[in-house]
Amino acid sequence: MTLAPALAPTPAVEPDDDQPRDIDPGLSPADRLFQHSARAIGLTVLAIFGSIGIFLGYQAIPTFRHYGWSFFTENEWQPQLDKLGISAVILGTVEVALIAIVVSFPLALLTALFISEYSPARLKSGLVSLVDLMAAVPSIVYGLWAFFLLQPRAIYVSRWLNQHLGFLPIFKVDADPNAAAWQQSSYTSSAFIAGLAVSMMTIPLAAAVMRSVFAQAPLGEREAAFALGATRWGMIRSVVIPFSQGGIIGGSMLALGRALGETIAVLLIISPAFDLKIRMLEVGTITTSSLIAGLFGDATSAQLSALLTAGFVLFCMTLAVNTFAAVFVNRSRSGTATEI
Amino acid sequence: MATTDTAPPSADGTPTSPADGRPSVLVVDDRPRALSTRTLDDSASLVGSALGALALVWLVYSQILGWDGVLGFLILWYLAMLGLYAGVTALANPRTVVIDRLAMAWVYAGAIVVGFALATTLVYTLWQGVEALRHWNFYRHDMAGVGPIDPLTQGGVLHAMVGSFIEVGIAVVIALPLGIGTAVYITEVPGRGGRWVRTVVEAMTALPDILAGLFIYVTLIIGLGVQRSGFAAAMALTVMMTPIIARSAEVQLRVVPGGLREAGLALGASQWRTVRNVVLPTAKAGLATALILGVARAVGETAPVLITSGASTFLNANPFQNPMNSLPLFILFAVRSGQPIDIARGFGAAAILLVLVLVLFVMTRFLARDRVGKR
Repeated sequence: MTLAPALAPTPAVEPDDDQPRDIDPGLSPADRLFQHSARAIGLTVLAIFGSIGIFLGYQAIPTFRHYGWSFFTENEWQPQLDKLGISAVILGTVEVALIAIVVSFPLALLTALFISEYSPARLKSGLVSLVDLMAAVPSIVYGLWAFFLLQPRAIYVSRWLNQHLGFLPIFKVDADPNAAAWQQSSYTSSAFIAGLAVSMMTIPLAAAVMRSVFAQAPLGEREAAFALGATRWGMIRSVVIPFSQGGIIGGSMLALGRALGETIAVLLIISPAFDLKIRMLEVGTITTSSLIAGLFGDATSAQLSALLTAGFVLFCMTLAVNTFAAVFVNRSRSGTATEI
Repeated sequence: MATTDTAPPSADGTPTSPADGRPSVLVVDDRPRALSTRTLDDSASLVGSALGALALVWLVYSQILGWDGVLGFLILWYLAMLGLYAGVTALANPRTVVIDRLAMAWVYAGAIVVGFALATTLVYTLWQGVEALRHWNFYRHDMAGVGPIDPLTQGGVLHAMVGSFIEVGIAVVIALPLGIGTAVYITEVPGRGGRWVRTVVEAMTALPDILAGLFIYVTLIIGLGVQRSGFAAAMALTVMMTPIIARSAEVQLRVVPGGLREAGLALGASQWRTVRNVVLPTAKAGLATALILGVARAVGETAPVLITSGASTFLNANPFQNPMNSLPLFILFAVRSGQPIDIARGFGAAAILLVLVLVLFVMTRFLARDRVGKR
């Protein structure tokens, strides 16, 4: 620091100044201002979004008080008869979401494996951005695709499942599959087709999470597996998959959370029906968000409150699913900060 | 490196020609071993089983059983191919190799199915949209006075494009500072508050999009008596976008190396200076990506807009008065009308929306590339 001059072997030090510097001098006024404004923004956001959650919960109270437990057990939605409940709605929501997950889980897993383990290195970044692109395509476009392109073809699969697996309740349809002129309209607008449309939105979400976790599988262990003579699949099964279990489960849960809340593609495809049924191939079902989208317009305040309550229940479901997902994904990732 | 097999001196520099008396097998071949090799056996058994399965399934499926349906044919073809492939491979290879090859066939098939679905979505939407996009009036007119069965030479989606632009613009102006400010608070300001904010923001990314709309509908429109308008729709989009931007911005700020922050502070800069001149510029490309992805999400979001904006048929550039249409909403109503001409209009609007999203997306790719190049 100080270039000691040769002429002065003993630098003149005033003994009065020899006090230790304050180790923590505190923040400068500018920094205090910065921290306060950042905190103000953060707390504003906290207040706004916290109040949304509280508002939804608060709106639900009169509905719960009015209908009691029957709100969860009643399947009809007939506000003019003062008779409404969400059991059919919740069943339909879960059904569509589960179909979407059952379809998208294997496809997302295989796609992620392909991108991270099988694709040539120079194609990899392009494929990763294709998955991101798939996630960015608006849901109404997938709705159009599923309604106009997929549905006329998927009903053949529905009929085949009904013909050959119709003894299982979920594949049963109230129509004769072997009739010469089979009733195509019994197979359209079903939970199955809505689930297929939703799966297009959940595949990229799940695949992106899974791929990023696969990419973190330790290189040393991969090489060790190869050095021991493993085939590529042997390496994947013994190194990549065990390492990324948390990411695989977490990615699928994130996708499930998205599938539960999807609105427009479902609204476009299904025809509303409030029966309690698990016959997923048959025409007609209802989900919470399509219920809200369909009924909010001519709802009185009491009905709005009931719709908000249904929405609140949906929010609680997606929140629980996403929280689980976050726990699983975080468990398989390392570190919260990057150091150099 | 790669020339050592022709050059006589080996790695230790001693000549190794046979005339020297030393055996030539000691020549060190320095070329790296190819990790993935494909022998004639590999390719021939794959192609052979694919062709064999095609012939077999064609014979049984359409000639003997007389079934129809392209989808069933493809599924059976794939399954027959797997069977033949396994059989052929098992002739000359141990079980491990058979399993490895079957797994590879599954992985490729899964990726192909997903890629095919994505490709058909893009191509089908654009292809169906061409019919409406060919007419110039589609970009320059609104739908005032145009009925669902009027020909495509009348009417257009100008009002929906303008509406989407205004609504998303307002939402970005509000959500961007809130989102990035929140991310800065979570990552840069010490204390317990950050964790609370982060928990709530993460929870709110789980908010289904329709509830964002319903919340604004009940509070702003029913509660405060605001008209169904572009502003209400923008508020709903803001509620939806802010947590998304905050969360991805937080991820981007978190990966800014801590050493850079420490270096800034050690040079005597104040914390504000460090954030302003070191942390934010370092994460600039990532933050822009977060923003653009948020915009791409918001511009295609239908559910909140459906509840809050109403659907006008005329051009309305005032977000505070009268309903305002937007592209996703226009698509929804056009398609639900069931009239072929209106459906064609819907597909035209969907193609515009898709192209918009594609452009935004390509922009993020360029930003991301920029970031990699700088390092």
